[in-house]
This record gives sequence, C-alpha cells and structure tokens, in this order.
Amino acid sequence: MGLQRGHRARPLEWLVERGIFLVSLSAILMIFLIFLFVGREALPIFFGRTNSSLVQETIPVDKLDSIPKPKLKEYLGLTDSELAGLDRETLQELMALKIEGAQQAPKDKDADVNTTAWRYLLKPHQWTGYDRAEFIWQPVSQIHKYNIIPLVIGSLKATLVALMFAVPLALGAAIYVSQLAGPRTKEWLKPTIELLAGIPSVVLGFFSLIVLATVMQNLFGYQSRLNAFVAGIALGLAIIPVVFSIAEDALSSVPRSYTQAALALGSSRWQAAWKIVLPAAIPGVFAAVALGFGRGIGETMVVLMASGNASIVSWSVFDSTRTMTATIAAELAETVFGGHHYRMLFMIGTLLFVVTFLSNLAGDLIIHRLKGRLEGKR
Amino acid sequence: MPTASSSVPSQGSDRKDLSRPFRKSSLDVASFVFGGLTGLATLLILAILAIILGNIIWHGWAGFSWRFVTSGTSQGMFDVDQAGVLPMILGTTARVMLMTLFVLPIGVITAVYLTEYASSTSLFTRIIRGAVNNLAGVPSIVFGLFGLGFFINFIGGGIDEFLLPNRPEPVWGKPAIFWASLTLAVMTLPVVIVATEESLKAILPGLREASLALGATKLETIVMIVIPQAMPGILTGGILAVSRAAGEVAPILFTGAAYYMASLPRALTDQFMDLGYHVFILSTQSPDIERTRPILYATVLVLLLLTLALNFVAILIRARMRRKMRVAAH
Repeated sequence: MGLQRGHRARPLEWLVERGIFLVSLSAILMIFLIFLFVGREALPIFFGRTNSSLVQETIPVDKLDSIPKPKLKEYLGLTDSELAGLDRETLQELMALKIEGAQQAPKDKDADVNTTAWRYLLKPHQWTGYDRAEFIWQPVSQIHKYNIIPLVIGSLKATLVALMFAVPLALGAAIYVSQLAGPRTKEWLKPTIELLAGIPSVVLGFFSLIVLATVMQNLFGYQSRLNAFVAGIALGLAIIPVVFSIAEDALSSVPRSYTQAALALGSSRWQAAWKIVLPAAIPGVFAAVALGFGRGIGETMVVLMASGNASIVSWSVFDSTRTMTATIAAELAETVFGGHHYRMLFMIGTLLFVVTFLSNLAGDLIIHRLKGRLEGKR
Repeated sequence: MPTASSSVPSQGSDRKDLSRPFRKSSLDVASFVFGGLTGLATLLILAILAIILGNIIWHGWAGFSWRFVTSGTSQGMFDVDQAGVLPMILGTTARVMLMTLFVLPIGVITAVYLTEYASSTSLFTRIIRGAVNNLAGVPSIVFGLFGLGFFINFIGGGIDEFLLPNRPEPVWGKPAIFWASLTLAVMTLPVVIVATEESLKAILPGLREASLALGATKLETIVMIVIPQAMPGILTGGILAVSRAAGEVAPILFTGAAYYMASLPRALTDQFMDLGYHVFILSTQSPDIERTRPILYATVLVLLLLTLALNFVAILIRARMRRKMRVAAH
C-alpha cells in the first residue's frame, strides 16, 4: 500500500490511527469491566466475608475508644461521612441499641447461622419448622435463606423446555430455508423468520402471560397457570431466531459443490441436505444450540412474567418456577444497598455472566473452526 | 485376499445402480416425508409469528386512538378512558437517541479498525472479535447489574463524592436516563460493530486500491471513500441497535426507568417512564387486568410498531445491500 511512512511524516494521521486502535479495544474493556464491577459487589460472598446471622457479636458500650475506626464503622454499618458527623453520645447510643437488638434476636437455633456461607447456598439445610433438610430461597424473612439451588434448577428447567421446543423447529426451518427452498422463497422467508428476533422480550412475556398461559392450561389441564412449561415455550420463541440464524448460516456456508456432487450422483435434495450438508455443518448446529442455551438462561422478562416465580425445587415442568434472572429483576429494587441480599443477587449475576460467557465462547470457537475448515483455510 | 474379492462384486452392483434410470430421486418417500417436515417446521414458525402479531394488532387496534398516543398518565396510569402513553413514547425515544450518540461512533470506529487495520489472522484480532461476540451474549439483566455497579455506583457516586460533595442528596449517583442510555450503548455495541463490519467488507477492494493509487493516504481513503460507501450498512446497524434497545426492559430496570413520574424528564439525571417497562407494569401490577386490557394491548401495539417497523426497515436495507453485493461479485 504505497510508501510505508513513519509517524513523523504525518503526525496527525498517526495520532488518529492510534486513536482508532484504542477505541477498538472498547469491547474487550467492556467485557472486563462487566466482570469486574458485577463481580466486585459479589466478592464478599465469594470470600465468605458477609455475615447474615441474626445473633452477632456485640461490643460493650464502654469499649468505644478502644476499637479502631474501620471496625467501628463496619460494626455500626455507617459510611465515612456519617461516622464523622456523629458525636460521642450518639455513637454510644447506637452501640447500646445494637446490644439491645442482639438481645431481642429470636431464640431460634438458626438465628446464629450465617446463611451466606457456601454451605447454606448449595447444600440443603433443616431449618426450624421444617421436618427435613431442604433447599430454600427465602431472602425476605426473619432468617434470610439463600439457597441458590432452586433458582438454578428453575433456570435449567425453563431453558431445557425452551430448547426442546425451539431446536427442532429452528433446525427444521434452517434446513428447509438453506437447502430445499428456492432462491425466491428464501429471499423473503429468512428475513420474515428473523423478524421474530425483533419482537421485544417483554412483548413475548406479555403474550405468554395474557394469551399463551390460558390456552395451554385449557389444553393440558394442569394446576398452576404460570409454570416452567409456559415460560419454556415463551422462551423458545425467543430462542428460535437465534438457533435458526446460526444454523442457517452454518448450513449455507457448506460449499455448493458438495450438494451438486451429491445431486449428480443421483441423490434427492433431501438426501443431499441430510447426509452431506448437515454432517458437514454439524458443529455449527451445536454452536447454535450452545448460543441458544446462553440466550435462554439469560433471558429475563419472559420468565419473570410467565414462570410464576415460586422458588420451589421440583422436577415437574408444570410447577411454578423461579429463575436466576427473574430473581434478580424482582428483588434487587427492594434490597438494602451493600447488604447481603444485594450482594447475593450480584453473586447470581456473576454466575449468570460466567455461564453465558462459557457457552458463548464454546459456540464462538466451534463456528470459527467450522468456517476455517469449510473454507479450507487451516 | 478377502477384502479385494469382496469389493469386486460390490463395485459391480454400484455400477448397476448407476445405470438404472432416474426414478428414486424424485419419488423417494423418506425425502418426501422429511423434507415435508422441515417445511412444516418453517410453516409453524411463520404461523406462531402470525398469531402473535395478529393477536396484538387485532386487540391493540381496539384500544388505539389518537388521544392514546398524545396524552399522559396524569389521570392515573390504569384509567382505561384517560391514560395515554405519550410520556413513555418520549422517554423511550429519548433514551435510544442518547444511546445512539455513544454507540454509533464507538461501534463504527471499532469496525473500521477490525476490517481496515487489523490483520485477520492475528490472535489479538481474534480476541477482539471474541469479545464482541461475547458481549452480544451477555444476559440483559447482567447489563442492568453492570449499569448499577459501574455507571451509577462507581462513576455517578464518584462524581457526587468528588465534584459535588456538599449536596444532601445524590445527583449523579442514582438511576437516571443518562445511565440507562450508557448501559444500553454497551449492550448494543456488538450490533453496530457486526453490521458496520459486514458493509465495510462488501466494498470492492479495487475502490480502496484506486484511492491509494491516486495518492490518498490510508486514513483519507477510509474517511472519504470507504465510510461513505458503507453508509447504508452503518445505518442498518444503527437502526437495529435502536430497535433492539427500544424493546429492552431488563437493563433499565435498575438504571433509570421509573414506575410513575408526574412530569417528563428535564435533565440527564432525571428518571423516565418507558414503553417496555410500562407494558410490564400493566401486565403484572394492574388492579383489574380485565378492565385495563385495552390499554395494555394498545401499549404493546405501540411498542411493537416502534421496534418492528425499525427492524423491517433495517432488513430491507440489508437485503438490498446483499443483492447489490452479489451483483457486484459476478
């Protein structure tokens, strides 16, 4: 490209090109910042530094002068500016209140349990009043129960229903559009199906809440109107365009000569599509499913509106269910800033980010490899 | 040599197969059935799309009126005869326009770097592309958490602490239309990058070479030849980003959307009412869902008109572009 000039020849241009390079890092920067700032709020939970137990160690009032400031701040739950604005008497009063509060804690064997410890997040526990160990997510109650297993199961359940509904349909349509349909049909069919992606998820949620839930209940006659099944079908509608687009893309990127060779040897269009093109593009199909899974598990408004939001552990898809995303959306507004409930929701957010990051990465790598192979680059 | 002896007759039978007249290819039952099934799947998807759109247009049209899109909710947001959606339309429009200001330049510049400067095989380019693809897959609710943790708490809180230390109430460190727009800009960045990249790649290399041969520098070529040529693609990216962002609710739940506001937002630090969030409120918080159904449907129709119309325009531009590209390639 012409003469290679150093930056001294055209300093302004050199500067602009550096600028372009820096801006292009923004996507990497954003991924990094998302991980950093969502994870940051959840860090105390990961390291077990939060304490949600009702019975906390108290400090006698007369020890006010002997404890260091940061500890006092943490103990009374004050910010720096608040602490600076309070005089000695008020501080003593606050400490007295703290002791009083501790004495009023319920006489419950669970009261001194730190429910944010990993053990209580993942394993079942027999809470007072229950006759066996159970997984319970119940953050707004006297004892804050933060077991995330019901939410994980809820998310998986809805997403699996969605995939079972969406993948066959989307894949069938992808085969039809890319292999069997004529070029004219294809021209309007593809954008029309992709129009489904343009329907906002809140509209899909609305449709499943108002129309689909009633129709499905009349059809199958189950108990709770909103459940994992309805949410899964609605979620499937959101996944179909994702799986369709990627699978269609992968199928279309198989060289035409493959099909032509098969047709020349006497196979039918279907045989060429099923036995030649699909096997060649199968990694792309897996990638489509992986990305569809990521989309499903991260979808919020649809499940928030259609799943019923009861956090119960059950394997039946016809029970009301609560997903990780819906939990964040429904509960974050009511939490105390910086409190353990707030941090717990950020922890779930971090978990979601990591899961979708991995499924996206897998899908991305598979597609990259497939394209490399089909274009004969490797 | 058993292998050789067994392969000879099979070769013979293959030859016999080929010599048969074309009969199976057109009337193969399995092909007919399975090919039909894929057609059926396509048809089913189209039917679902038609049912959803038909249902919303049919019921939405009944509650739709000129008054509905030109009046506010001052009489109560659940009042079927009085409530309108003008503040929500304005709020949603404002937040996506604000978002465009941030996402378009950054997205276009990134795409320019990826297609014009970066070597397509280097690991570094792969990492940028991976990050873009990954950003597209981050759950929308995580963007909401990010907006709260980064924009509102970190940046907004930082501004309040260091620049405006004596205010009794937070000014920037609270949900606002500005933070919601920034959050959405981060979310739609991949949309703009991918669309712009596609249109940049579609430009014939001869055009660039001609420009360089005439003595233009690389940057001059990009600014004066490449970008004007890629304008339809950039426009498509912008429209798709706007359409995607206009319908998103999860990222703005904690970063700026308000349940109810008596007046329109006047400053960047004000909260706003939003169409998508309003749909959510009307569907789940209504005191009498049967009575408020007409305004719910009408609101959905307005939101859908906004997003789908934009989508449709983008798809049309893109289809035209692809056709042009195909013609140019031959």
